[in-house]
Amino acid sequence: MTISLPASIDETAALLSSGAYVADRSLATVLFLALKMGRPLFLEGEAGVGKTEIAKVLASALGRKLIRLQCYEGLDTAAAVYEWNYQAQMIEIRLAEAQGVEDRNVLAKDVFDDRFLIRRPLLQALEPDVNGPPVLLIDEIDRTDEPFEAYLLEVLSDFQITIPEIGTVKAAEPPIVIVTSNRTREIHDALKRRCLYHWVDYPDAERELEIVRLKAPDAAEDLSRQIVTFVQALRERDLYKQPGIAETLDWANALTQLNAVSLSESNINDTLGTLLKYQDDIAQVRGSDAAQILDELKTAAE
Amino acid sequence: MTESSGHIAENIAHFAGVLRRAGVPVGPRQVLDAIEAVQVAGIRSESDLYWALHTTLIHTQDMREIFNQAFHIFWRDPRMLERMMAMMLPELTLPPEEPEEQTSRRLAEALLNQENTPVQEPEPDVEIDARETMSAAEILRTKDFEQMSAAESAEARKALSRLHLKQDKVLTRRTRPSSRGPLIDMRATLRASLRGGDIIPLKRRERRHRPPPLVVLCDISGSMSVYARTFLHFLHALTNDRDRVHTFLFGTRLTHVSRQLRHKDVDDALSSVSKAVEDWDGGTRIGETLRRFNVDWARRVLGQGATVLLVTDGLDRDGAEGLEPEIARLHRASRRLIWLNPLLRFDAFEPKALGIRTMLPHVDEFRPVHNLASLEDLVASLSAPEKKWPAAA
Repeated sequence: MTISLPASIDETAALLSSGAYVADRSLATVLFLALKMGRPLFLEGEAGVGKTEIAKVLASALGRKLIRLQCYEGLDTAAAVYEWNYQAQMIEIRLAEAQGVEDRNVLAKDVFDDRFLIRRPLLQALEPDVNGPPVLLIDEIDRTDEPFEAYLLEVLSDFQITIPEIGTVKAAEPPIVIVTSNRTREIHDALKRRCLYHWVDYPDAERELEIVRLKAPDAAEDLSRQIVTFVQALRERDLYKQPGIAETLDWANALTQLNAVSLSESNINDTLGTLLKYQDDIAQVRGSDAAQILDELKTAAE
Repeated sequence: MTESSGHIAENIAHFAGVLRRAGVPVGPRQVLDAIEAVQVAGIRSESDLYWALHTTLIHTQDMREIFNQAFHIFWRDPRMLERMMAMMLPELTLPPEEPEEQTSRRLAEALLNQENTPVQEPEPDVEIDARETMSAAEILRTKDFEQMSAAESAEARKALSRLHLKQDKVLTRRTRPSSRGPLIDMRATLRASLRGGDIIPLKRRERRHRPPPLVVLCDISGSMSVYARTFLHFLHALTNDRDRVHTFLFGTRLTHVSRQLRHKDVDDALSSVSKAVEDWDGGTRIGETLRRFNVDWARRVLGQGATVLLVTDGLDRDGAEGLEPEIARLHRASRRLIWLNPLLRFDAFEPKALGIRTMLPHVDEFRPVHNLASLEDLVASLSAPEKKWPAAA
């Protein structure tokens, strides 16, 4: 039983919120277009803004299988696409020889058979599934190198993979592809052009508060409000790494665990490590910025 | 329906043309995508139209602002933009090619054969500021250097383009077939075994080598300008010789010029570099510009074990304010940090200036860069087989 794709931008937004993902209109529009046009969606943005989460939510809301390919330097076809099961092949050869099969062409045909093919994420994604085409998440593509990017071109434009020993495998129905990048290097234009592009930004205060309420429901309302205002103010500062939504949620959870009902200088200092991940940033914020923002918070509240 | 969609298609094509003239690379494929996207999305609000066009026409984050401006002007009144284009967005319009002007400039340069560099701007007063730590004799020697380079200009350029960094390579995790490699290639081995014979020959692979990214931070302040301009020739040769070279120029602000340096023709490249840079021959704020680099770029260009060349004399207008933490951070983030300092050519050089003393403990190597010989030394050093580096932070 397949759940049908959303038919409008509004339905896409509703689908995402049913999966507890608070999306703004721009993301819903882009996602709707990607689904409708059958094109991969290329999401770029700072770490911790919820890029990976989109794919997960999409898969669960549509009831599709999520296939994740985590990229790293040196990622090759054996790890990403397919590999032959060499041990089983060896045994097959020995058995064939024991049975007296001499014709090497017959042997080759037997050995390079579907049975001995180990399917890796990209190949899996092209296979039909009872729940409809799967969601393929190619995560942090900026971590891999150019050769793999080039390989992806064929996969992402035609949704087909060529295995020399067998032939070309083509998806009957293309999978839903989400590609994410943290932008630690620029991805080649050729790849981006095959996708719809979207820059995922930090959320505004209103949306971030909504996310905190949804994902950290145990935090007191006042605390959530203060946390969001604080984080938003922090993003205005000159920091090496601004806190993402993931960090905001970690911080909200940490403060809740400490039974905090409101922000104070001491509980900020104690939990700053969940929010900022660079020593220089922590030193800067702990020194003066925290007190300053807290003051602003208080004057604004009065 | 068809009529209205035809109309919108025409408008989108028109809009794409506007973006293209504003320097956004938009191909026909994207225009078709945009038209399809708009039809599929069933536009009911300006915001829907905005995002449908945005996702299909824009592929880099830095083009978003241009798109934003163009969108709001265009879809309010398409003809308005036409009229405003010329005067309102001068920085967005690609400079028209001016081959004749180019040639005449080159011609003039060739005829004068002197200090006529691509950028000729009145020397600002701050230059004195930046140079005050140098003695008059040193300034004189600087002049000598420039004259020398003018005389040997042709030869120098030839030599610069010959400088390849052949050996500067790091191990990657990719492998390639090799008869004596340490890794066994099971797939090739199995194929070979099917070809016959009782003995199965083991096929091997080894890990591939590849040059790491090179990041160059070059000081173009008043005290450095003559070196920097020569060095730019070298950088141009480097940029066209290998991939992943990122070049930044800094004086009082940081400018990314990798794209400009990628022009094949060295004169074209340098003239577009000089157009992009606004702070030639000014003062230097090393701490501030390094901070900008660390915050805005370090994560994007240092990620894959980059070698960093820092070209500066270390004479800082801000009196090394805020320099220490930034140079330390740069050092931690780069695999190998090499400081090239033209002042080193003077035998009696001692690191007296505050900026130099601050930076010195944080570099892996400290070398001169004032003539061809020193550039050749640099190449030799970069090409040297890898020695032990302190682990990157």
